Amino acid sequence: MTPAVASPPVDLLYTDAELSFRDELREWLHDVLPSVGQQPDTSDFAAKREFDTAWQRTLYDAGYAGINWPREFGGRGATPTEQLIFIEESERARAPYVGCNFVGLLHAGPTLIMEATDEQRALHLPAILKGEHPWCQGFSEPGAGSDLASLATRAYRDGDYYVVSGQKIWTSYAQIADYCELLVRTNVEAPKHRGISWLIMPMDLPGLEVRPIRTAHGDSEFSEMFLDEVRIPVANLVGAENDGWRVAMVTFSFERGTAFISDVISSAQDLRDLAGIAKKVLRKGASAWEDAEIRREIGRLQADYDAMWALTKRNVSQAQRTGMVGPGGSVFKLFLADVQKRSSTLAYKLLGRMTMAYSDLGGMTEIDFVGDRVYTLTLSIAAGTSQIQRNIIGERVLGLPKER
Amino acid sequence: MDFDLSSDQEALRDGVRALCEGRFTIEFIRTLIDGVGVDRGRWRELADTGVFSLVLPESAGGVGLGYADAAVVFEELGRALVPGPLVGTFLAAGVLDGAATGETIVGLVERPRADDGFGDGRTQAAYVEYLGALDALLVIDDDGVWQVDAAALLAEARQPKPLDPLTPVWRVENLPQGTRVADAAAAQRWREVGATLTSALQLGVATGACDLATEYAKSRMQFGKPIGQFQAVKHMCADMVTRNEVCRAAVYWAGCALDDPEVGDPARAASVARIQADHASSENGKDCVQVHGGMGYTWEVDAHLFLKRGWVLATQFGSADEHAERMATYV
Repeated sequence: MTPAVASPPVDLLYTDAELSFRDELREWLHDVLPSVGQQPDTSDFAAKREFDTAWQRTLYDAGYAGINWPREFGGRGATPTEQLIFIEESERARAPYVGCNFVGLLHAGPTLIMEATDEQRALHLPAILKGEHPWCQGFSEPGAGSDLASLATRAYRDGDYYVVSGQKIWTSYAQIADYCELLVRTNVEAPKHRGISWLIMPMDLPGLEVRPIRTAHGDSEFSEMFLDEVRIPVANLVGAENDGWRVAMVTFSFERGTAFISDVISSAQDLRDLAGIAKKVLRKGASAWEDAEIRREIGRLQADYDAMWALTKRNVSQAQRTGMVGPGGSVFKLFLADVQKRSSTLAYKLLGRMTMAYSDLGGMTEIDFVGDRVYTLTLSIAAGTSQIQRNIIGERVLGLPKER
Repeated sequence: MDFDLSSDQEALRDGVRALCEGRFTIEFIRTLIDGVGVDRGRWRELADTGVFSLVLPESAGGVGLGYADAAVVFEELGRALVPGPLVGTFLAAGVLDGAATGETIVGLVERPRADDGFGDGRTQAAYVEYLGALDALLVIDDDGVWQVDAAALLAEARQPKPLDPLTPVWRVENLPQGTRVADAAAAQRWREVGATLTSALQLGVATGACDLATEYAKSRMQFGKPIGQFQAVKHMCADMVTRNEVCRAAVYWAGCALDDPEVGDPARAASVARIQADHASSENGKDCVQVHGGMGYTWEVDAHLFLKRGWVLATQFGSADEHAERMATYV
């Protein structure tokens, strides 16, 4: 077991190239952020689109759009490590989030790169990079949630068109999107995974109706989409007909891999704010910080964020080696959902009856702890529920038998 | 950046795993129950493999590796439930003659604080693991590391029934001051290394518990199906994996921080590792028992050995609560 030479320790340090990438990015963010306006209210979707589009254009002009996209498709071709640095630095500087360009940049775009024709790529990829065309995702249905492959939105051929009827749900930004990555059933005879196709649907077609869903938070982050004989050109088929499940899965694990990394950084920043509140809040004359239980829970949460950051670096390293986000993404998401809920509970313990209102937390904080407390409910549901993540780990990591 | 094991580290891990599978089978380890917990011959084999001299320079007869490598090795030892004062002897290598080569079996114990106790004026007794097997005992406190006469202590110590049958303990009423062998700065470093490697052992324990539970969930049939097919059981196993992976990231990070403080403050990283490892080993141990049902509560099934080792290791190098207090200072 004695190697002839000492093995290099696990390399957690950034290389010179990675460091100069970071320094350049830091400097750019420092220069550009003061001229970026305030985030619009989350319920003002038109303003949100305008804001997110402007930020994406700013990124594009500076060469940071499509950070992980290959260079030949207009991206920066950054390594997973550089991508991690990009997310980390953007979040630390509190730069705008990807917003309504999420699906285009992180899901539809990468899928088009892998599976689309040259014509489809030329039509869509530059517009996604520049933020000109926000996309939305038409995957889930009222009857197809965790069991996505059972989706029933039906498409039949009529000449050069697919005629599509059905219902989609949980579609973020459907109100303002220009295109939708749509999964439809093109073969009802085949086994459920083999009769699905992946279509590009323009959002201005006749027969398409978008109805916002009011969430438990009170806003309308998601919509339902009703499709009544919507005619989509066959030229908008991506990949082969009935091969849409595989096409969708090509980039599916990506969402679990990197989509939530910025949450770790922002949550660790919020924890500092909570610690500050704990030192200010008085109970019977003593600060909450003097309560060992509060102090230790803050310490445990910090230990969890530190561990989560280390886990992120392991996941990124594995993605760099294998080109795939493995089950580490599921582990990360399960842990994040659990830690965020504990953090919200701590905020409640500190703020007490003030947490009956979303805003005006006694001037204690600018951070929306009450809204976050409600929002954390989605962390164990969206992008695959915690139960589905546990199935993935149980079956793919441990090799336990499938229930079906 | 590449925070995954190098091919050398994978080879190191596989080498230690092969040693454990050949020389530290659970059947062999169980023969140590009711004895002093250490077999001198096998201890020498651990030393010959380089377990205690891993980070000593090659010029001093060591292997010349780093603490990240040591974490990988200790994880494997924990996974196999290898008993003995592994961390104490590792720390003593290079300080006490014969520790590195396995000739001197060295224990290490935290000196009870003068202000700990039961309020009756008596200082709290020290509980010394494996005292009956030790050639030397070191005591660590804020002022340094001290050597005391292990044989003299053994003559006066009582041996209660141990929680973990593979971690026999002796109760020592009064630890003498001893002779200083390392200063306060060294003691601080020893605590960081000790906390990290103890966490690595617990990571192994947690992983071993998960492996055992998974194996059982695949083979145990009820209602005509392997029980691992039921989500209630499958999800328990998946939660064990999650704890392992979070813990593994924390432990490897702590090892890297000991090798190079530029990747992180080693004291902070050790506290993170300690908190995650206590959680992973105790929760996975309990879940392993639960997956086994009634069989999990029997002496014959190894589930209780994983749980008890996790509980025992949780008492070493600071409790999770103490480390949580320290972590609060970093927020």
